Amino acid sequence: MQRAGTGWRRLTALGAVAVLTAAACGSSTTGNAKSVTVIGTWAGDEQKAFLAMVKPWETQTGNTVKYTGTRDINTVLAAGVGSGVLPDLAGLPGPGQMAEYAKAGALKPLDSVLDVATYKSETAPALVSLGTIDGKLTGVFVKAAVKGLIWYNPTLHDYSSAPPATWTDLMSQAKANKGSAQAIWCLGLGSGAASGWPGTDWIEDIVLRQAGSQVYNDWWAGKVKWSSDQIKKAFQTYLTDVVANIADPVAAVDPTKDFSLAGDPLFANPPGCEVFHQASFITGLGAFKAKKAGTDYNFFPFPDIDPAFAGSVEGSGDLFGMFHDTDAAKSLMKYLVTAPAQDIWVKAGGALSANKNAVDYPDDISKRSAALLTNAKNFVFDASDQMPTAMNAAFWTAMLTVTKDPSQLDAVLASLDKVQATP
Amino acid sequence: MDPRLVTAALVVIGVPAVIVGYIYGTELVLRRASEKLRSRARPWLWLLPALLFLFAFLVWPTILTIARSFQGKLAGTFVGLDNYTWFFTSPDALLAVRNSALWVVLLTLFTVGIGLIVAVLVDRVRYESIAKSIIFVPLAISMTAASVIWRFMFEYQSKGHPQTGTLDGIVTFLGFNPISWLQIDTLALNTILLIIVMTWMWTGFAMVIISAALKGISPELLEAARVDGATEWQVFQGIVFPLLLPTIAVVSTTIVITALKAFDIVYVMTGGNFGTDVVASQMIKESFTFNQFGRGSALAVILLIAIVPVMLVNINRFRAQEAIR
Repeated sequence: MQRAGTGWRRLTALGAVAVLTAAACGSSTTGNAKSVTVIGTWAGDEQKAFLAMVKPWETQTGNTVKYTGTRDINTVLAAGVGSGVLPDLAGLPGPGQMAEYAKAGALKPLDSVLDVATYKSETAPALVSLGTIDGKLTGVFVKAAVKGLIWYNPTLHDYSSAPPATWTDLMSQAKANKGSAQAIWCLGLGSGAASGWPGTDWIEDIVLRQAGSQVYNDWWAGKVKWSSDQIKKAFQTYLTDVVANIADPVAAVDPTKDFSLAGDPLFANPPGCEVFHQASFITGLGAFKAKKAGTDYNFFPFPDIDPAFAGSVEGSGDLFGMFHDTDAAKSLMKYLVTAPAQDIWVKAGGALSANKNAVDYPDDISKRSAALLTNAKNFVFDASDQMPTAMNAAFWTAMLTVTKDPSQLDAVLASLDKVQATP
Repeated sequence: MDPRLVTAALVVIGVPAVIVGYIYGTELVLRRASEKLRSRARPWLWLLPALLFLFAFLVWPTILTIARSFQGKLAGTFVGLDNYTWFFTSPDALLAVRNSALWVVLLTLFTVGIGLIVAVLVDRVRYESIAKSIIFVPLAISMTAASVIWRFMFEYQSKGHPQTGTLDGIVTFLGFNPISWLQIDTLALNTILLIIVMTWMWTGFAMVIISAALKGISPELLEAARVDGATEWQVFQGIVFPLLLPTIAVVSTTIVITALKAFDIVYVMTGGNFGTDVVASQMIKESFTFNQFGRGSALAVILLIAIVPVMLVNINRFRAQEAIR
């Protein structure tokens, strides 16, 4: 008996951590200075950048930010919403969870907190609507990323003068310029418990440009089946053009390898691959971090597949929400989305701002990816992040399965259909 | 000073102070009572804080968990046995059950078996304490850290690249192709590899306890057997092993419980992919990733039910030993 509740005890322990954090930080007030508790997923350099961003606010108001970084934000917030012990502000795992927390009444609406008119004028409409639940602004994007950039090493072949305009163009150019590279593509799907997600980005980028944003949006909303022609075709394109052109599918899915290092073979000698597909944040990870933007690495945007859907861009971002509407929390929230605050964040590198007026990018590459984000004719948010969590997790696993063994495609799509049909 | 330090100091000093204060207080009250009442009430009063804690942190959550397991995704929606039906029909859950069963059987077999062999063997050498320390040390490492260490063992690199994984280093040195160890779900090999990580950690525990029991066996008994002409194997089989059995049973139940709790290693090393999910990791996934607290609770209840027989055996044995005394 005694040991049986262990799982729950673990959870209680997690809850206790949250309680202690909140109790120790949330209520401590010295004089007029207040503190705001913030939980996010940022650690290391990202945490440093975030703390640098809030520094001017702290100096100006005399308040302090108590930041806790955790990779298990889902667990902390899910337990917190149940128990009522929550930070003042928190990074939210995704739009799906945000909607759930808002409906549970845990998240406070931001309409009276932010200068909504300014926020709307400075932010891409797709991001604004993603943060809106039942007509109320509930989550804001404090950080953004552009998905589907194709990275290359300009010392091997410089694509900057004539970047491939179409997918066929990309494949033929890449084949022609492969040179001594071991393979055309680098690919790595490992990411701990979330392994497989870099593959979902691939499928999303292809669906968006092959079948258009209507199908894309219906697909994540569960209105287009996985076994439908459009989605199946995207998987087939991924398998025949990408997976068939990587060095070693077994390495691509191995749990001991991390996606953040998957692009490193671009810089090896002889190069392990010629092109690498990853979001804008890769510049802050792996070998990219130590290399020089523009001279050591560069990118071109994901080319169009069907010209009818030209100009589509997929992005993602870190949602931020407010659980306690104290004056200090409101003031911090208001500050975070402003261009001067966002400028500090983007200057540190590796991050884009959802705010069009944040322009302090450290290099040309970040500037160009930020322009893609803000100028996109048709901007969509990461599909898998908008799916129900069970669907998203099944999608991750599916990417591991088909990448390792393409012959499983039909079986995998059928099982995804089953998950989609489960309410 | 950091408020967290103040809180920590308050807890570290405050909690024992309150408990001592409580005991002292009850004694003050009892002093006025009659001798008979005093001796009757004292055990209960002393037990009361522990019972309250037990109720608040174990009994009450268990009741809530059982109640939650009959509710759906949203608390308050009664769904009957749906969560349990889901459990017994979902291929993912059944795979997790198979893996948990493997963990229970193999981890117990490996740790207790190796622990017993090592305990008996090092009993005869001079460097016993050093050998035992080395085997015991991994137990002090956190499961997460152990998983990170063992990831380096199982690390895979494509053929022709420098092999950074220890096992593949050996395999390629012998002239074979590198193997992606954690992806091999044939015969649940990857699950067995994860169990080996846990074995590495827990063998020391089994060894230390068994070794202590071994020291308790009277040397005269063994001497007598040897004088009577018993071989070493006969001594072990006929005297040492039967005398160690109660200890082995206790160690085994502890290991069985540890095996059922196994989560960290799976979570860190494979994330439950490639067919390595266990019931505990499934429970976390359902509860916190999918927000399916009903299903998560059902999994917790099933784990609880699975452990009850083990605990009963343990308690019975404990009672039997008490009776002998």
